[in-house]
Amino acid sequence: MNPVRRRRLLWVIALVVAAGIATTLVAMALQRNIAYLYTPSEVIRGEAGGQARFRLGGMVAADSFKRAPGSLDATFRVTDGDAQMPVKYTGILPDLFREKQAVVATGRMENGVFVAETILAKHDENYMPKEVADKMGMAHKKHDVAAPGGAGAAQEAK
Amino acid sequence: MLGEIGQVALILALLVSVLQAALPLAGAQRGVAPWMAVARPAAYAQLALVGFAFVILTHGFVTQDFSLLYVAENSNSLLPLMYRYTAVWGAHEGSLLLWALILAVWTGAVARFSRSLPETVIARVLGVMGLVSAGFLAFLIFTSNPFLRLLPAAAEGRDLNPLLQDPGMIIHPPMLYLGYVGFSVPFAFAIAALLDGKIDARWLRWTRPWTNVAWAFLTLGIALGSWWAYYELGWGGWWFWDPVENASFMPWLAGAALLHSQAVTEKRGSFRGWTLLLAIATFSLSLLGTFLVRSGVLTSVHAFAADPARGLFILIFLGIVVGGSLLLYALKAPSSDDAGKPFELFSRETLLLANNLLLSTACAMVLLGTLYPLLADALELGKISVGPPYFALMFVLLMAPLVLLLPFGPITRWQREQVSKPLAMLLPWAGLALVLALIAYFMAPQGPVKVAAGVFGAAWVMFGTARFVWTRVRSQSSGQRFTAEMLGMTLAHFGVAVFLVGALLTEGLTTQRELAVAQGQSVELGGYSFRFDGAAHSQGPNYEADRGTVTVFKDGKPFTVMHPEKRAYASGGQVMTEAAIARGVIRDLYVALGEPLGNDSWALRVHIKPFVRWIWAGALLMMLGGFVTATDRRFRRVAQVRESLPANEPTPEPAR
Repeated sequence: MNPVRRRRLLWVIALVVAAGIATTLVAMALQRNIAYLYTPSEVIRGEAGGQARFRLGGMVAADSFKRAPGSLDATFRVTDGDAQMPVKYTGILPDLFREKQAVVATGRMENGVFVAETILAKHDENYMPKEVADKMGMAHKKHDVAAPGGAGAAQEAK
Repeated sequence: MLGEIGQVALILALLVSVLQAALPLAGAQRGVAPWMAVARPAAYAQLALVGFAFVILTHGFVTQDFSLLYVAENSNSLLPLMYRYTAVWGAHEGSLLLWALILAVWTGAVARFSRSLPETVIARVLGVMGLVSAGFLAFLIFTSNPFLRLLPAAAEGRDLNPLLQDPGMIIHPPMLYLGYVGFSVPFAFAIAALLDGKIDARWLRWTRPWTNVAWAFLTLGIALGSWWAYYELGWGGWWFWDPVENASFMPWLAGAALLHSQAVTEKRGSFRGWTLLLAIATFSLSLLGTFLVRSGVLTSVHAFAADPARGLFILIFLGIVVGGSLLLYALKAPSSDDAGKPFELFSRETLLLANNLLLSTACAMVLLGTLYPLLADALELGKISVGPPYFALMFVLLMAPLVLLLPFGPITRWQREQVSKPLAMLLPWAGLALVLALIAYFMAPQGPVKVAAGVFGAAWVMFGTARFVWTRVRSQSSGQRFTAEMLGMTLAHFGVAVFLVGALLTEGLTTQRELAVAQGQSVELGGYSFRFDGAAHSQGPNYEADRGTVTVFKDGKPFTVMHPEKRAYASGGQVMTEAAIARGVIRDLYVALGEPLGNDSWALRVHIKPFVRWIWAGALLMMLGGFVTATDRRFRRVAQVRESLPANEPTPEPAR
């Protein structure tokens, strides 16, 4: 092999190795840090089974929000119109957190209760996160749950 | 009536932009001078028309014309005057109009400051910018018309989103857009060069200040956004790896790579194809950013509940721009025998190549993490989100070598350098940085690894850059000037050091507590004592607020009084947290009010954030570096070179 070719070959090998390492790292990091979104009915059907940490999306059920007096421990239920899931959270809730509004909680299941680490409520009262709207599909229509968001989100739900 | 005039102005602007694209591009291809001459007047006309439409929309906001749908949806009779001006770009339609206006401003500026360029080049550059402009104006007119009438007129507007009623929001979008759109200049130049079939280093020199200015504006825009999120969202964070933040960060990373590769191509003639590709990628990422933000496909704080037609339009537009440019690149990319001056393994070229590889890999990594949820959704793999740890880990892995290599760049010679020379210059400083990092490691009350990494990185970059400055200043007597370009680079690299202090020390040393407090109760945190003195009702112009009073004691002595607020806006009833921040160079005290818990007790969040301001100070230094570099006299020398040459026959030889 002449020197030019050998140098080129070395370059190619180095590039392939670097790309391989990068891809592996990225894949590992991605795998560890993705969180799937499930609705309460999916969790109850066991579809979230393998996921230790996941996101729970839906509406905060009416009259379900309670705080232990003088503390930051809050409990509420998340509904997708078909099923409900009790949620526990300790801390300050986002400004837009309200009953009958969309919410996305990240956390894990402990003894049938979803223990949330973070709670997200979106910035506009007429807006429901698209993924939640998609997930809940038409379920909300069957029940007396407030329509998810305004016209825009409702359109997206189709 | 005025609304209709604005509408007409927009339609005329669209026609003018089509003209600005078609005639000069065709003229440049066939060598028809009168067609090429259309470019400049068309650019000015477009600027006048879009500017006029923008003034009319602003007028609608200021005079509260609720017969305009867009005004009615984003303003309110109680809205303070200042925010009526900024509400113009508070939502989708208006912010697109702002995009179009800024593009027109850049186009006008290119038309004005390009006297030194050959006619064919400028005709092509302005023509390509006209194409981009036509795309955006069509988007504006056909899917997001800001001048739609609401009949009968609304009696009252719905109000501007309270999050946006803030001074930081006044300048964040325009600065960001100045950056995004500014990258259309190097992009247009790249396309012009590809159409022309050769890249002349002198024209490249002409685009460098534009890239620097655009990048500087983008830096400022991102920094403002981060600063705004810090004080306005009430979470005390400064970067969330939110999809929309990523959308602005990707062009920034690509733009930073472009700055460096343009310097190599201009000075040495190397990396020609790569520079063109980066220019195309940077602007495409700006467009992608606009698409991600405006189409509502991503779940983010910035996403408006959007109309699917809009997303589709931008996606098609994006496809045409990216696909068209890449096709052109594939057909006409510079051949490899035109590779510029050769360089050896250890040289400044190699270091800048490493810089480019790391920055563009980081950009690709962010792109992957941002688009992965969309991909997974499209492939029916489920609804997923990619968590901040992914971005943080990958970013640190990629940026660590960049920081380590950074000081070597400026002091290494072009073409060939002995490894021992820069090493000998920098090793003592690396040692000193290590010693400081060790001291920091043992002194840090918490997060020692992050603190030590921050101190080492900052000291290393700071010392290394200072070492470069010293060498240059010493050699000044031998006739070598310390140019504006070098000063700009030095400032930006110092900015990196300051940013490292801010980012890593804030992450390592932040302490926070969240708890329920009754009136008179105190929270102890990091040597400070925060006493909650209750919350009182107060009235703002278009909101009511619960205004908390928190007295801070340091070592038992009163230190400051802070007033965090919880605001309820009159229209829509949206609730907003206004955090109270006691600013400081070495630490911020940050208090945010949670919700009332009954019996006069409130949820309270208290942070102490050491060195958090250094993050934005670093970004400002980087911005300054970009602006200062752009003023270098060398970039304006194109004119003198040209006068000695026939206008349409650039010499292929790269300038030094």
